[in-house]
Amino acid sequence: MSHEAEHRGQREGLQELLPPLTTNEAALEAARCLMCYDAPCTHACPTHIDIPKFITKIHSANLKGSARTILESNLLGATCARVCPVQQLCEGACVLGSEHKPIAIGRLQRHAMDYAYGKNIQIFQPAAVTDRKIAVIGAGPAGLSCAGELAKRGHSVTLFERRDLGGGLSTYGIIVLREPVDIALAEVKMIEKLGVKIETGRDLGVNLSPDDLRKNFDAIFLSVGLGRTPSLGIPGEDHILDGLDYIEQSKLDTPRVRVGHEVVVIGAGNTAIDCATIAKRLGAERVTMVYRRSENEMTAYPHEYDFIKREGVGFYFLAQPGRVLVENGEVFALECARVSLGTKDASGRPSPQVIPGSEFRIAADQVIKAIGQQKPAVAAELGLKTTKGFISVDLHFETSVPGIYAGGDCIRARGAASTVMAVQDGKLAAQTIHERLTAHG
Amino acid sequence: MADLKINFAGIKSPNPFWLASAPPSNSGAQVHKAFEAGWGGAVWKTIGAPVLNVSNRYGAWHYGGQKMLGINNVELISDRPLDVNLREIREVKRAWPDRAVIASAMVESKPGAWHEIIKKIEDTGADGIELNYGCPHGMSERGMGSAVGQVPEYCEQITRWVMDVAKIPVIVKLTPNIANIVLPARAAVAAGASALSLINTLNSIVGVDLETLQITPNIGGKGGHGGYAGPAVKPIALHMLAALGTDATVADAKLPISGMGGITTWQDAAEFLLLGASSLQVCTAVMHYGFRIVEDLCDGLSNWMDEKGFATVGDVVGKSLTRVSDFKNFDLSFRAVARIDQQKCIRCDLCYVACNDTAHQCIDLIAKDGTVVQPRSYDVRSNGKEDAIETRPRVEVREHDCVGCRLCYNVCPVEGCISMVELPPERASVTWDQLTQKQREITEDWKKMQEYREKMGIHIH
Repeated sequence: MSHEAEHRGQREGLQELLPPLTTNEAALEAARCLMCYDAPCTHACPTHIDIPKFITKIHSANLKGSARTILESNLLGATCARVCPVQQLCEGACVLGSEHKPIAIGRLQRHAMDYAYGKNIQIFQPAAVTDRKIAVIGAGPAGLSCAGELAKRGHSVTLFERRDLGGGLSTYGIIVLREPVDIALAEVKMIEKLGVKIETGRDLGVNLSPDDLRKNFDAIFLSVGLGRTPSLGIPGEDHILDGLDYIEQSKLDTPRVRVGHEVVVIGAGNTAIDCATIAKRLGAERVTMVYRRSENEMTAYPHEYDFIKREGVGFYFLAQPGRVLVENGEVFALECARVSLGTKDASGRPSPQVIPGSEFRIAADQVIKAIGQQKPAVAAELGLKTTKGFISVDLHFETSVPGIYAGGDCIRARGAASTVMAVQDGKLAAQTIHERLTAHG
Repeated sequence: MADLKINFAGIKSPNPFWLASAPPSNSGAQVHKAFEAGWGGAVWKTIGAPVLNVSNRYGAWHYGGQKMLGINNVELISDRPLDVNLREIREVKRAWPDRAVIASAMVESKPGAWHEIIKKIEDTGADGIELNYGCPHGMSERGMGSAVGQVPEYCEQITRWVMDVAKIPVIVKLTPNIANIVLPARAAVAAGASALSLINTLNSIVGVDLETLQITPNIGGKGGHGGYAGPAVKPIALHMLAALGTDATVADAKLPISGMGGITTWQDAAEFLLLGASSLQVCTAVMHYGFRIVEDLCDGLSNWMDEKGFATVGDVVGKSLTRVSDFKNFDLSFRAVARIDQQKCIRCDLCYVACNDTAHQCIDLIAKDGTVVQPRSYDVRSNGKEDAIETRPRVEVREHDCVGCRLCYNVCPVEGCISMVELPPERASVTWDQLTQKQREITEDWKKMQEYREKMGIHIH
């Protein structure tokens, strides 16, 4: 391990927020589970993990069986245990939620996954090899899930990753408070041990030719995610940091993260909250989030919003950034204008309208933007049909080009993008690819 | 305020709660402390024959996150010198004249040995003597404890030896490790005992260590059966208590019965009283939580008695005994069905799986549109709490198919959600006993039984 790797995410304030459950805590929590039949938590989980089953196995101290139960439905169970918006999913559907406290499903799942990874237990082994070859583009959650599911079925899978490390957003984009880098990388290694060949530094259209892929593979799965943060188109934008870079540095180049005294984060989604969290935790005196719509329209999960308020972060709602004010090369403020909300726009949300003459300044020596991500560029290069810029797929995750499948954030035209949805896309696409490639063989 | 005082075969105590003869009543210091906490009496840990104990003497059964639902032990009778015990019994009784101090005794099955111990106990000023015919381990291998309790003739013989000399009340403590608890009780009655008590502990092996394959607890590489007690044995104790109360010979003798076996809460206590116990002994709950639990035992019992209009403990004793009967006397025309309160239902579907997998298949899942659906009928792409909650079917009982088995009621985790609703009978009341007497052929021949069912409109699918 390099010196740098040793310091990944290791910095006071950034440690994983929730401590692991002790064996006793896990046993007591597991005992509280009613063991619902056809359980609503399992329905609510996008990957439909048999939750009562894995909790029963924690209760009976069969942690290996518990881990297997989780991984059978979701190969990235360790990541999902940490990053899933459980309040919206399994725990939100728990029958104990109405009167009591829902079961801490996420933390129990983490307990089982920590056991398996802590003991280096490789739950699944590579199957007997078939002669089918599949290329998976992008080693994020959707790609890892698809590659792993196909490898479990004995297919020869090559996973091409543009960057140096696999894991996608789990490695690069989820703050350490929620998921340490090691967890994401352990999952990549587990997928590799299933027989998946991972080639990093391979960028589609740059040093990876679509024609070669089509020639050499029986099927292609695109899990390329989304692009960089789009431009705001305001003066001084050069001085605004990209939120994704900010988070990435906090994870992989932690000692070198520089945090301002007065930090302004533009945006009010989950990534924006992550940026504000880093700034606050690494010592910023004041962190303010600026959003051009109101509290009601923000895309962050309610529990994330609650969290960041408790962190002491301030908010400017109904404020549209106008320009970054710079003196001697140093940022000193963000100028915003007040807006009012008008009629609904294409996104179905009321469109912000600038109130003339309402400009005001927010003192800032660091401005970060986290206002979503650009649509996948590969769609056009490969001639794939798109929906609102996202790659269009049918019910079986096949794109408009036969033999090319896609899943994860790059197809998420509807609904909130999340790791667990990406894992399910990859799993379902793998099922289809497997069925189709073996139907005639 | 209900009056909790009791007079048990002449032994008086301010409340019916006594420490059972066990580790909590092993010494004067402990019994002092228990009386300070409010215990009405204590049955001293059994004194008598000389013994030596071993380590790892208590094993326990834990379940569902609950510790010690059952405890088993291979501890013997008191291993403190006899004269120390006798001295402390005397001191405690002198210090606590209003409390019941009862000495439990067990000696070799010889008249001389029993005569001697009885005299020594009486000399301390103790209020009564309990004869330990129950310990199922160790002492029984030496011909004492349950080796006596399991043979009615021995019970009777030894009790007679005791009654020959005893001047204070004598309680015979019965072992549950016997096919018919009534027989040793009748023996005690025949020998002139003043009272009965039950149950002692049950034979048990509490477990096996899956790491070492040793018996739990591991006593130097060996293990074996020990006496089992605690909440898990309460239903067994209640049955044996009721069996005494409903046996004509025992009941006619009108001996008071001291009930024990898993009493942990005042509700348990009230149930023992209702089934005929007039003093109550507690051990495992004290070993789990300490002497302090007596406060709520008294407080809860008193509040319940006030609520129910019982002025004295005596008013409660045996109140439910008249309802204890046998299957042959149950009304075969009695009908109840399960009904689910949809407002209270949290949709865990435990009733559904219990009914459909293991009972009578009469609970359905009903979708929003009123159709019956199968479990897991949602699309694999459906997810999120809204989908899961909003599309979750409700559970409904098909009452005409429900046999009223009560399994769903028992598994439902929500208080008051499933109720067993009594329906008007469709046929005249009849018991199996009556059928046997009046239409014996029905009870002996399946064909005749079918004809009877047809005639009566009894359809079992």
